[in-house]
Amino acid sequence: MSSLEQMYQQVILDHAKHPVGRGLADVPDGHLAGESHQVNPTCGDEVTLRVDVQVDAEGSRVAGVSWEGQGCSISQASTSVMTELVTGRDLGEVARLDAVFHDLMSSRGKGLTSDEALDALGDATAFTGVSRYPARIKCALLGWAALKDSLVRSGALAG
Amino acid sequence: MTTTDAVRPGLSASELAAVRADFPLLGRTVRGGRPLVYLDSAATSQKPNVVLEAEVDFYEQRNAAVHRGAHQLAEEATEAYELAREAVAAFVGADTDEIVWTPGATAAINLVAYAFGNATAGRGGAAAERFRLAPGDEIVVTEAEHHANLVPWQELCARTGAVLRWFGVTDEGRIDLSDLDEVITDRTRIVAFGHVSNVTGAVAPVAELVAAARRVGACTVLDACQSVPNLPVDLHALGVDFAAFSGHKMLGPTGVGALYGRRELLEAMPPVTTGGSMVEVVTMETTTYAPPPQRFEAGTQPVAQAVGMGVAAQWLDELGMEAVAAHERALAAELVKIAEIPGVRVVGPADAVDRLAVVSFVVDGVHAHDVGQVLDDRGIAVRVGHHCAQPLHRRFGVAATARASASVYTTVEEIAAFREALGGVRAFFGADR
Repeated sequence: MSSLEQMYQQVILDHAKHPVGRGLADVPDGHLAGESHQVNPTCGDEVTLRVDVQVDAEGSRVAGVSWEGQGCSISQASTSVMTELVTGRDLGEVARLDAVFHDLMSSRGKGLTSDEALDALGDATAFTGVSRYPARIKCALLGWAALKDSLVRSGALAG
Repeated sequence: MTTTDAVRPGLSASELAAVRADFPLLGRTVRGGRPLVYLDSAATSQKPNVVLEAEVDFYEQRNAAVHRGAHQLAEEATEAYELAREAVAAFVGADTDEIVWTPGATAAINLVAYAFGNATAGRGGAAAERFRLAPGDEIVVTEAEHHANLVPWQELCARTGAVLRWFGVTDEGRIDLSDLDEVITDRTRIVAFGHVSNVTGAVAPVAELVAAARRVGACTVLDACQSVPNLPVDLHALGVDFAAFSGHKMLGPTGVGALYGRRELLEAMPPVTTGGSMVEVVTMETTTYAPPPQRFEAGTQPVAQAVGMGVAAQWLDELGMEAVAAHERALAAELVKIAEIPGVRVVGPADAVDRLAVVSFVVDGVHAHDVGQVLDDRGIAVRVGHHCAQPLHRRFGVAATARASASVYTTVEEIAAFREALGGVRAFFGADR
């Protein structure tokens, strides 16, 4: 497989064509809502992401993620994969996934070796090839930055 | 090779081969051994050996502070620095003392904007009256500007109460002068515009804009970054008041550029950056300033880079800017053929008339970043993004484009390779189905 094919794996192309969570959704009463607009100033890619956090006796979890954006296939697919990955998770797990995905993006194309980390990321491991290209890492992280910021804005996370 | 020569008016095959042999970087490979096809010269050009050698030679043989000290090295360094100014001035049709060294074109435009601001704050005495702005005065730009020729004017407006106005852009990517008399009026004090768009490649109607500005007594500021490397430019003949261009886009080093100002304007203009070597007499209370160009060159200048920029100007001059421009026209004609590829749309003039070999485009169903990535995999370097011209992209309803731009060392074969690779992009992403 060429580096180009490693970068644009089928799962990425599929998510770019049929993104999950596209279209901002209303947040039910009684849930925490947060919204964030993130821009990649080098290319003009942008995403507006809304998070729905449900807080109950067991803790806080992401009940839903919805977003609108325009940008390259990497930024769109990454936001879509992230949406699938974090929906239904409690905020501690989301923070851990965020950290593991950042580790993956810092791996310079080598990927992660921990089975635990790879299992946790699921489809998001398809972005390993992106980490080889420094100019594209920001694209893959755009949605994650919007998620983190919207969680802070929702009041569910401390800034 | 007569037939090959025929398709390259301006530079023969052997001349072009000799030109390319002068650029060591063009010989390298990228992405797993592919020959480099460098189509990003509008962002920065590659450098010929003579420029690289001039910088090394300066540091090895002449390095010293210029315009200070009386030792032999100081004399030689100063001479090299001033000969470079002479070469750059001659190259753009200016007098030597009308060229101010700056760190680049952005710094040059900001220098003019801040000089207007300083004059408005009362600096420069009676001579600087012509640079004073009042609330309600107007500064005119165009929707096609690079941010470097837009944001400094927005900031100047914010500091002075002047109002920014602009010409729109036609669907073909040309500056729309249909409302010329409404945009340039008695209130207009500055008209700033790019000679050639770094996005569309379109050449601006300089004569009409200069004439309109003159009718109302406004200053003209020309962003000449894209034109100076690729066209014969005679600033005196163009009649502009100020012009800015950078070294690194005209085969010279980074870190240096030039501001051209008509002599009487530079003489009347208050300084911007102040400090060492731009002064006459300094007391604890007050300071008098050196005449231009030194008045605008405070502190230690990028001397080796200026020397390199001078050599770049000479190198282009020896090749002949008429030949360079003819080569550029031939390459532009090859580049615009990408519009024939299904799903590819050129942003800017579709023909090769009054344009340079800078062509921005979108591919239906594929983001510019992804287009660039596929081309990069084939060793083809293009620019992707908004090219520091967000308003122009907004005008065309796109966030980003890909851009291919040529220079004197670009070949027709390289552009053919680019077109071939571009033809496969939609299929790779399944956007052709």
